[in-house]
Amino acid sequence: MSETLALNRIPLDDYADLLGTGEIEELRALAKPLRGRSIEMINSTAIGGGVAEILNRLVPLAEELDLNIKWDVMTGGEDFFEVTKSFHNALHGAPYRASPRDFEIFLAYNERNRATLPLDAEFMVIHDPQPAALIDARKPGVNHWVWRCHIDLSHPNRAVWDFLEKFVSRYDGAMFSSPEFSRQLPIPQYLFYPAIDPLSEKNQELQPDFTAEVLERYGIDPQRTILTQISRFDRLKDPVGVIRAYRIVKRYFDCQLVLAGGSASDDPEGAVVLKEVLREADNDPDIKILELPAWAPLEVNALQRASTVVIQKSLREGFGLTVSEALWKKKPVVASAVGGIPIQIIHKHTGLLSHSVEGTAYQIRFLLSHPEIAVKLGEQGHQHVKENFLITQKLKRYLTLFLTLARGS
Amino acid sequence: MNTAETPFEFVTVSYLTRIGNQSAGTLAEFLTGLENCSDASIFHHTFQTLGSHHFLTEGFSNDFAQWVLVDANRYDLAEQLAALDIRDYVSIAALRSDLCRLTSDYCAAFPHLASQAALERFYFCESVEITAALGRSAQTLDEFRDGIAHLSHASFYFHFISSRLRLQLRTNDFSHWLADGLGLGTLADSVNHIDIYTNTLDSSRAKLLRLIDREGRKA
Repeated sequence: MSETLALNRIPLDDYADLLGTGEIEELRALAKPLRGRSIEMINSTAIGGGVAEILNRLVPLAEELDLNIKWDVMTGGEDFFEVTKSFHNALHGAPYRASPRDFEIFLAYNERNRATLPLDAEFMVIHDPQPAALIDARKPGVNHWVWRCHIDLSHPNRAVWDFLEKFVSRYDGAMFSSPEFSRQLPIPQYLFYPAIDPLSEKNQELQPDFTAEVLERYGIDPQRTILTQISRFDRLKDPVGVIRAYRIVKRYFDCQLVLAGGSASDDPEGAVVLKEVLREADNDPDIKILELPAWAPLEVNALQRASTVVIQKSLREGFGLTVSEALWKKKPVVASAVGGIPIQIIHKHTGLLSHSVEGTAYQIRFLLSHPEIAVKLGEQGHQHVKENFLITQKLKRYLTLFLTLARGS
Repeated sequence: MNTAETPFEFVTVSYLTRIGNQSAGTLAEFLTGLENCSDASIFHHTFQTLGSHHFLTEGFSNDFAQWVLVDANRYDLAEQLAALDIRDYVSIAALRSDLCRLTSDYCAAFPHLASQAALERFYFCESVEITAALGRSAQTLDEFRDGIAHLSHASFYFHFISSRLRLQLRTNDFSHWLADGLGLGTLADSVNHIDIYTNTLDSSRAKLLRLIDREGRKA
C-alpha cells in the first residue's frame, strides 16, 4: 500500500525576518490563482535522501499558501529498489548491463502503484526514475504531469535511458538541476535548483557557545585557521585530494583541516575510502577526520560556521548543496567546477572555482592572504543563495511552473 | 498633494528558466547561438540575469560576458560584452544585434581563438514569465513610497528594470508614472538615472526612496 504523508505545518511568516515581508507577499500573490487546486508529489522514499528532505519542508509551506497538496510515497520490494539503485548508478554513468528481468520488475511495481495511488491531482509531480512509469495512468487532457529529475543525466547508460525516455517523453515537462544534466527531449525542460531551508537545524543561526562546544569536542582550535570539507567518504568527493591541497597550503599558513562526513561503518566502499584518507593523513594532528552520525545537522552547522574556508573538491557532483549551506553562512568557498557547483559559485563573485589539487591550494592561499576578499565573497555568496537556493525560492518556482502549465492549457 | 487619475498598480513577476536545445563550447558556436537563440533567451541572459544577480556590483553584467570571461578566457571580448548597458535598449533585436556584432568582430579578428574549446559549455536558456498583481496601488506620492518600500526584489526589478522593454521607452515604470501620473518630471528623470549596474536592487531602492523623500519635503 502506498503511503500519504502528513507533515507539520511551517508558518510561512517565520521566513519574513530573513527574507522580508515583500517576498512572502509575493509568494501569496503567485499562489492566489492556485488556491484549492490539487497537487500530488510522488517519490520513492519518505526518509533519507535529498528529495525527501526537501519535500518534508516544501509540502507544509505549500499548504500554508492554501494549495491542496499531498505527498505520496510509492512502494516497492527489495527487488524493485535493487533494480532502481542500479538504474540510478547507470544513469549517473556507472557501467551496468540491464537484463530484461530488471525492466520487468520496474514495470511491475509501477503498475502495482498505479492501482493504489490516486494520481488524480490537477498537477502531478513525479520525482526521479523510480515512479516514472506511473505516467501510464495518465488520461489525456485531464491533468498536468511533470517529471523532476534529481540525477545528472549528462552521460547516462544508453539502455537504461532509452527505456526511461519512452516514459519521460510523455510528460508535459521535465525539470533538471543544471542545464548540463538535461537531455534532448521533445518536451519543455526547466531549470529547478535544489534548495536549503534557512530555518532547518543544518542552517539556522547557532549560539556561539554551542559552536565552541562542538569544536572542543572534536579537538579543533578555534584560534587557528580551519579549512573544512563536509562530505561522505567517497572517492568522488576526493578527500585525499583535499589533504594534498591542505599540505600545500600548510607550507605558507598555519592551519587545520577538518574532513567530516557520515559514518562509513555501514558503507563498505566508504570504509575503504576512509582507510585511504587515514593513510594519507599520516597521523597529522592538524587533520581532523570526523565520522559524524548519519544525522548530525547541528554539528555540521557548527563546523561550517567555525570554518575559515569551506572546500568542496569533488571530482563529480550532483548539485553539491553543501556549497549553498556554506555560502548561506557567509563562508568563503573554494570548490571544483563540476556538476551544479558553478551554478552556486560564480567565480570571483560568490566564491572561487578550481580544477586541480594545486588550483584548490592556490585559491585557499589567495583567500587566506586576502581576508577582505574572503568576506566579500561570503557576503555575495549569501545573497546568491538567498536569491536562488532557498526553499522559498523553490516553492516560488513550483508556483510559476503550475501557473505556466495552467496557462498553457 | 497631487493625486494621480490613474493609480500605479504594483505587480510582481516570477521567472521559470527553460533549458534550450542549444549550447556552445567555442566562441564560434557561441556566435551561432547568439544569432539563432530566441528573444526569450537573449532576455534571460541579459535583463533577467541582472535581476537575479542584482547583489553583484562589480564586474558582473550578463551571463554572456561572464561565460566569455571565465570559461572561454577572453578578457577583451568579455569586457566589451559586459559594457553593453541594457538601459540603452528598448528592443531585444537591437541588443542581439550588438552582442552578435561584438562577438563576430572578435572571431574575425582572432580566428584561431574562435574554435578554441572553452572550459565549460554555455547553455542557452529562456525565461518564461508569470506576473501577478499584488493587490496594492498608489495614487499619491506617499502611497507610492510606501508601496515601493515593501516590494520584493522581483517586483522592484519588474517595475524598475524589465519595464524598459515593455514600455519600449528609455525609462521605467516608476519614472513613467511619476511623470505622467503625478507630473513630477524632474523626479522621474532623477529616478531613471539611478545606476543599476553599480547599485544592488536594495541600494537602488534606497536611493529611489531618498529621492521621493526629498521631493516630499519640497511639497
